[in-house]
Order: sequence, then structure tokens, then C-alpha cells
Amino acid sequence: MSNLKKLVIEPLRKTNPVTVLVLGICSCLAVTAQLKPALVMGASVTIVTALSNLIISLLRKGIPSRIRIIVQLVVVATLVIMIDQFLKAFAYEVSKQLSVYVGLIITNCIIMGRLEAFALSHGPGESFLDGLGNGFGYSLILIIVAFFRELLGSGTLLGYQVIPQSFYEAGYQNNGLIILPPMALIVVGIIIWIQRTRNPEMQENNQN
Amino acid sequence: MTQQHHKSNYRQKPNDSFIAPKKRHEGRLKDHISSLRRYVDNIKPNFVEGGRFAWLQSTFEAFESFLFVPDTTTKRGCQIRDAVDLKRAMITVVIALAPAMLFGMWNIGFQTSLHATDWPYELGTVASWWYCLWFGFLRMLPMLAVSYIVGLGIEFTFAQIRHHEVNEGFLVTGFLIPMIVPVTTPLWQLALATAFAVIIGKEAFGGTGMNFLNPALVARAFLFFAYPTRMSGDNVWIAADLWGTDAITSATPLAELAAGIQPSASALDMFIGTIPGSSCETSVIAILLGAIILLLTGIASWRIMFSVIVGGGLMGLLFNAIGANAYMQLPFYYHYLMGGFMFGAVFMATDPVTAAQTNTGKWIYGLLIGIFAVMLRVINPAYPEGMMLSILLMNCFAPLIDHCVVARNIKMRQKRALVKQKTTVL
Repeated sequence: MSNLKKLVIEPLRKTNPVTVLVLGICSCLAVTAQLKPALVMGASVTIVTALSNLIISLLRKGIPSRIRIIVQLVVVATLVIMIDQFLKAFAYEVSKQLSVYVGLIITNCIIMGRLEAFALSHGPGESFLDGLGNGFGYSLILIIVAFFRELLGSGTLLGYQVIPQSFYEAGYQNNGLIILPPMALIVVGIIIWIQRTRNPEMQENNQN
Repeated sequence: MTQQHHKSNYRQKPNDSFIAPKKRHEGRLKDHISSLRRYVDNIKPNFVEGGRFAWLQSTFEAFESFLFVPDTTTKRGCQIRDAVDLKRAMITVVIALAPAMLFGMWNIGFQTSLHATDWPYELGTVASWWYCLWFGFLRMLPMLAVSYIVGLGIEFTFAQIRHHEVNEGFLVTGFLIPMIVPVTTPLWQLALATAFAVIIGKEAFGGTGMNFLNPALVARAFLFFAYPTRMSGDNVWIAADLWGTDAITSATPLAELAAGIQPSASALDMFIGTIPGSSCETSVIAILLGAIILLLTGIASWRIMFSVIVGGGLMGLLFNAIGANAYMQLPFYYHYLMGGFMFGAVFMATDPVTAAQTNTGKWIYGLLIGIFAVMLRVINPAYPEGMMLSILLMNCFAPLIDHCVVARNIKMRQKRALVKQKTTVL
């Protein structure tokens, strides 16, 4: 049981797909200017990783090894299109904000990575949990980055004004730099910095 | 007064000779110093391994070596001995910056006196020289203080955490940051920019000597992109009064050109520096004085300075030849006089850490800085000052340039050796 729990918990910390494996960086940069798209994106990727892991794991014994990438792509693409249609139907505004990035979930390295590295060699239950865990790990970083970018860049959270008007009257200004894409990478970099400082065993070269 | 003093001494101690007072004075100074030395030695055990304040070791060392020349010497290996160490190099740069700093202070007051309505002197009349300098000094002082306190605070903290010695690298950066921002920059923004520059631009890469971007320019770039309304436009260059962040509308020559009008200031004004602009970078004369100090002492590379100027001139001439709009037709030497071109060429591009290291590399690096700076100014009106971005861009490419120069050198020597081998075989 603890092993199964580990599958979900570990990707949040020591095998985080974004900060440790450095996968899925591009979408992290594109959708984190505000918290709401980041939440939706995180949820979408979590659903896709979990379900595609489950499906591929169920099919794993019937897929000829030489065409496995094509099969994986078909499964992922189907799921992504379903998510895209769902968002267009029920959350049109967010879907417009995310624009092409929902479609581009297909190319998210985390999904293919988990399929290749985990789902092809593990049972459906474990694979589903692993997909869920990695999706959560990705979402966690997305939410942290988006939290700081929206708070400092627009003074809002989920669209609600958080920084009081009196601050602005006293001379406070929103930071325009953090809205720009490079700052998403710098924030991720700072998260990696903190994580590695707190876990010295994660550093490749541990001597000063 | 002194005579009385001598006399009283003489009277009290008749045995002392006439030169005794002077000697005694010297002795007192020595006493003070040795008592300071004793005090430092006394508290030293607290700061070494196992002491009560061992976690403050780097801070203690920094202050001790600030007060006394360290007596530690290299014990092994072959070392280059030179009178110029990091501390002396940094202080030379600060001295070289002094003319620009002083002129900048005066100009802050002078510009305000030209435009302000509640200036103590009559509007339009030029205030006294001293008053302008004093006004500018009072404006610059808080900015300098903020830049040093924030920057050094972070440097000391990092040195402490990493058990490093505190480096002198920030002395120049802390001096530079207030000089290259508008005088009306709010202090909290300056503090944030300094913190960003030191943490992300420098400490993340390992501290002094390891940074690949010039930290002072990182601070300016941070302000430029984060708070564009406070860093560009016509409303930030002249302080309206002593204590506020209010400003008077006045365009810099670069802003005027970007808007498509000819600069209102004459070339001579721009050369002397009596124009609105970032606080201490307007005067070409003062910067050239600094350049002479840097070149005479050999602190900065003449190759870089010269090639930046050549690159900018070449690009200016090329635009003159194209001549598609008024900005392109501007005489090429105007680019030297406006904005931060000279300041960047003399003090920023030559930063030994972030510049190219090989001699050929320095030429390429400098030429490209000049070319890109003028190109950005003329082609892209969204970035009226191309110098900052062009130096940061070339900072990124400097290691690559060096790599190519070294690789080419190796290849050429190998080729030569092979030819030699062949001829000897024959």
C-alpha cells in the first residue's frame, strides 16, 4: 500500500517532472501568467497523463514494440481532443486564454515520458496512480509559478484584486517583468534552487 | 592655540624636549591603532570555528581585512604577485567613476533649477553651483545608501551561508546602480532591482567573478522591463523637489529622436552633459576623465573601449549612407554624445568578468556592442536606449566568442605543426 502511495506522493517532491526531470517547461512558461489558466492546464494534463497511462498499460501486452509510439500518440491525441472539446463547451473563456496550449498537451514530454518509462512495464492500477502523481507534480509547480506571477504582475489572484488600492496610492506598482515569459523560467529556477538546497542528495556534485 | 597647547605641555613636563608634543601625538595615534588591533584580536575567538558567533565568520573577516591589511600569505604553489588585487582594482574604478558622479549630482540640481517652479531661486535663473551640487547630493545619497545596504546585505548573507569570504565585487556595482537609473526612481524599486541583480544575476551563478551578466545592468534592465513608466518616457528624468518622486516633463535627446524630432540640445551641451538623462551618465567629459584613469592604471581594456566606439561609429556611418529617415541622417558622432553610450563603453562593456577574455575576442565583443547599440536605437523606437540591451546581449555571447577564438588558435597552431612535421619528414 505504501508503495502505491509513493507513486502519487513522490512526483510532488523528489521526482517532480518539472523541477527534477525538467520536462514540460514550455507550457509552464506559456500558461502561468495567471492562476486560472494554470489551474485548468494542470487539471487537463493530470487527466491526460492518468488516463493515457491507464489505457496504454491495459494495451501494453498487445502493442508491437515497433509501432508503440504511434499507438501512444493516438491514445494521447484522442484524450487531448476530448479535453479540448470539453473546455470549449463548458469553459469557453479559459479555453480561449489557453488557445493552442491545450492542443499542445499532446507534445508535453511528461506524458510520453511516463508512457515510455512506466506504463509500458507496469500494471494498470500502478500506471494510473503514477500518471495521477506526475500530473499533480506538474500542476503543483504550475500553480506556484502562476501564483507569484499573477500576484506580483497583476496584483490579483484568480482575477480578484488582492493587493489593496491603498498600496497603489502609496506608490506601489505592478511588476511588468514578471508577466513576461522569461520570468516563468526564473521562478522555476528559484524553485529548483530551493529544492536542491533543501535536499543535498539531489545535487550531482556534492563537494564545494 | 597650538602654541598654548605646546606651552602647557611643556610646563607640565619640563623634561620633554621641544619636539615632544608631535611625537606624543604620533604615539597616541599608534596607541589607538594598537588598541583597535587588540580589540579585534580579543573578539576574534568568538568568530572562529566553535566560537559563539562562528556563523558570522565571513562578516568578521570582511571587517577585519577592511581595518587591517591581512598578514596571511600564500604557502604553496607558484602565484603571480602583483600590487593590484581585487580591492585595489575596485577602488580604482570607484575613483574613475567619481567625476561622472560629481557632475551627475550637479546636473540633477541644475536640471531641476531650470524647470522647477518652487525652486528656492527665481525660475530660469541658474542656481548657484554649490546649491545644485548639494541638491543632487541629497538626491543621490539615499539611492546610494539603498543600493549598498541591500546589495551588501545579500552579499554578506550569501558569503555567510556558503562560508566564503566576502568579496569586494559589489563596491563598484553598488556605486554604478544609482548612476544609471533616472533620479526619480522610487527607492523600493531600486532596492528590488538591486536584490534581483545580486541574487539572480550574480549569486545564482556563484558570486563575484562567476556572473556572466553585468549586475548593474541587470538591475537597470529589471527596472526597465518591470516598471517601464518609471524608466522611460518624458516624465522621469528631472526631480521636481527634494524629497518626492514627482518629476518634471522633459525629453532626453534619445526620446526626442525616437519620437521623430531633432534633439533640442546642442552637441556641445550633450558633450558637457547639461541635458536630462539617467542621473550620472550625461556628461561625456566626466566619463572621458574616468576613462583616462582606467586606461592609465590598466584596469580596463583599451581594446574594448576603442572597439565599442569604432563599432558604434561604423553603424552610424552606415545609417548615414542609407539615410531613410531623420534619425538615420543624424551625424554619427551624436550617438556618442547621447544617452549612455559612452558610459556603457567605458564602465560597463569593460567589466573584466563579463567581457570577452581573449584579445581578438575583445575586438569582436566591443565592435558588436557598438553596432547593436546604435542599431537598436535607430531601428527600434520601443527601446530608445540600445546600449544596455546590447551590452547584456554581448555578455551572453562573450564565452562563445572566446571559445571560438581559442579553438581557431589551436587549429592554426596544429596546422603549422603539421606543415613543419611534413617538411622535416621530406
